[in-house]
Amino acid sequence: MVKALVILAAVTAAAPVAAQVPDDVLVVGQIAEPKSLDPHAVTATNDFRILMNLYDGLVRFKPGTLEVEPALATSWDVAEDGKTYTFHLRDRVKFHDDTPFDASAVKYNFDRMLDDKHPRHDTGPFPLSFFFSAVERTEVVDAQTVRFHLKEPYAPLLSNLAYPTGLMVSPTAIEAHGKDFGRHPTGTGAFKFAEWQSNTKVVLERNAEYWNGAPKLQAVIFRPLTDANTRLTELLAGGLDLMVEVPPDAVDLLQKAGGFTLYEQAGPHLWFLILNTREGPFKDPRVRQAINYAIDKRALVDQVLQGTATVADSIVPAAFEWAHDETIEPYPHNPERARQLLREAGAENVELNFLVAEGGSGMLAPIPMATAIQADLAKIGIKVNIQTYEWNTYLGLVNQGLAGKADMAEMAWMTNDPDTLPFLTLRTEALPENGGFNSGYYSNPEVDRLLLAARQSTSRDERAELYKRVQRIVREDAPWAVVANWKQNAVTTERVKGFELQPSFLLNLAAVTKAGE
Amino acid sequence: MLSYTLRRLAMIVPVLFGISVIVFLIMALIPGDPALAILGSFATPDNVAKLRQDLGLDRSLVEQYVVWLGNLAHGDFGRSYSLNRPVIDEVRERLGPTLLLAGASLLLCTVLGLAAGVVSAIRQYGWQDKILTLLVLIGLSTPSFWLGLILVLVFSVQLKWFPVSGMYAIYGGGDTLDLLWHLALPAITLAVVATGVIARLTRSTMLEVLRQDFVRTARAKGLDERTVIRKHALRNALVNIVPIIGIQTGFVLGGAVYIETVFQWPGIGRMLVTAISTRDILLVQGGVLVVAACYVLINLAADLVQHMLDPRIGT
Repeated sequence: MVKALVILAAVTAAAPVAAQVPDDVLVVGQIAEPKSLDPHAVTATNDFRILMNLYDGLVRFKPGTLEVEPALATSWDVAEDGKTYTFHLRDRVKFHDDTPFDASAVKYNFDRMLDDKHPRHDTGPFPLSFFFSAVERTEVVDAQTVRFHLKEPYAPLLSNLAYPTGLMVSPTAIEAHGKDFGRHPTGTGAFKFAEWQSNTKVVLERNAEYWNGAPKLQAVIFRPLTDANTRLTELLAGGLDLMVEVPPDAVDLLQKAGGFTLYEQAGPHLWFLILNTREGPFKDPRVRQAINYAIDKRALVDQVLQGTATVADSIVPAAFEWAHDETIEPYPHNPERARQLLREAGAENVELNFLVAEGGSGMLAPIPMATAIQADLAKIGIKVNIQTYEWNTYLGLVNQGLAGKADMAEMAWMTNDPDTLPFLTLRTEALPENGGFNSGYYSNPEVDRLLLAARQSTSRDERAELYKRVQRIVREDAPWAVVANWKQNAVTTERVKGFELQPSFLLNLAAVTKAGE
Repeated sequence: MLSYTLRRLAMIVPVLFGISVIVFLIMALIPGDPALAILGSFATPDNVAKLRQDLGLDRSLVEQYVVWLGNLAHGDFGRSYSLNRPVIDEVRERLGPTLLLAGASLLLCTVLGLAAGVVSAIRQYGWQDKILTLLVLIGLSTPSFWLGLILVLVFSVQLKWFPVSGMYAIYGGGDTLDLLWHLALPAITLAVVATGVIARLTRSTMLEVLRQDFVRTARAKGLDERTVIRKHALRNALVNIVPIIGIQTGFVLGGAVYIETVFQWPGIGRMLVTAISTRDILLVQGGVLVVAACYVLINLAADLVQHMLDPRIGT
């Protein structure tokens, strides 16, 4: 016993020397172990945070916006009919394994993902390859020019190319590693892959030859810390320089502790209620509007979510500045007006079944949100029965449509283009029976027409105008109750400089530095 | 003795087979499927169907099981779809840390539990007994995950004596000293409850043994008290205590699941938690089988030790 204590004491005294992380190495606390570092094989934001630093795409989101700017392509031309995109590639760019980046590499990337006869298609599955399902084929025009031929005009193509699924991988590395490429990632990015110790760390090193200027940091270490408490204690104990997805309670604690900088950034996220417009009380648009008036969104955002979100006003999140209708106002909290609408609709003694998730990607605090909404609706005389489900089960249930199950359901989406959410969830063609996500069966031919026109337009201004019209119509029809836009947050120690959160929710560390103590 | 050991070893095969069937059925019964878990918001029926086909989930349950079993016969545990790598690679990497953590905890709880139990028994109703009993009761009734958090807050965040989490320092480190330094808090946390159980049992068993005739005889022979306790009483008490230590292995391995989460220990317990939530059936199978095999083997070892202590038992 005494001997053991002596050993412990010796260990304690000797060990801290090893733990000193140099000033040019940044340690990032992640919420989970990455699944893979193959950008075409993953779907989680957690993995994207690493990938954005290893790879580049043809285009990228301009810092601080959701607008597309050149990256590995220096410019592009779109044909009149919107069906041909020609990209002019950056000269003298090499992958980390010295493979030249050229048009044939681009073609290889898309063929691997989209062509099931490609010899390396078996290195998948590629769950988000449908982002490029409009691409019929890619063509190598010359070494520095690549052309995309589309089956039909598809305006979101550029923002999908800026998304991690559009990042470019080294064909040589795919050939060399096959299915294990995800553990040997090779891109053109600001950092090179150095090491992946399962469940301990992923280490990236500075790419001194980066085409956009070498990063200042020597290395970045990503640590998977699945437990939120552990993540927080690591930050407090000095084991992390940067931590993402800080829980609301912890934000408060860290601000009191001092020595930390909090970053917040509203993003293209929307938390909303799907209302069943096919059957039950929500067939009547007045009842749907009544719900929108009855929910106290300000209280939900400030109290339940403790300021980690903003009140949503439209189906297109405000982060999509160019497409968001600035004139639109959220439904005000007005229980009186809600009761009046219910009376007009003859909806007395309404009882609603409400599907609620226990957790899930982007769902924030689904159960507290649901009970607060239940209380708001009780005030206008509506009884709400909550049924909770584990996230995977929940998704399966809701995505099949609400008919026969419930009157409303919670949902949250994070997207990279204003097109994605309404196109997949509000069109008549997107009803669950057609394989879409329109679980509340909203159908308005005018909205269908506008959304299709927006997707096929090649002019951003024209698209913006179309989305604004959709937003105004949907606000009146009220097929959903839009509630909140989540603010992504992150905390760094005060030594970290040059860090910025992006509205895309992606993490770019090329410009970050860490000051000495 | 040898044939007994071989017979017991042969028993492992049907046990593991049974476990694999049960795990497969449970995983099939819980709602939700891996394709949904992977696709998240993008799980359109089309996308789900395509991914299910890519993952081989569109086959019947029996077919999936037979394929898995056939591959297993060739030493192939299959490929984890949530981690996109062979199950065996992941399990192999994870087993070591868990065995190390569980081994360290077992060592701690055995040494401390036996010591506390023996002292309590020979000083029955004395102040040592009272203090130890109180400590043991506190240890038994403290939830481990909570204790882990408190230890981290005090010894890692406040005093900075120990690291908060992980198995090695995130930068540099990597030697045995570094490992022991990281092992201390999780091993202690995991050992606390088992220490209590062993201490309680040792105390009562020792009290019983100390009242036996042969102890009185030993004392009457004029042997000094130390020899009586060590050679006669404890050795006989151990016959009853060793199997309990074997059973505690199960609790320690089970407890590792949440201790590994709190301390971010890269072990198999944490792997199983993630694998279950992503419905990664092959990874769950591989992990559970290996843990179950360890449990069976350790219990076999405990039985063999018991047999050595008292040859009348077992064979």
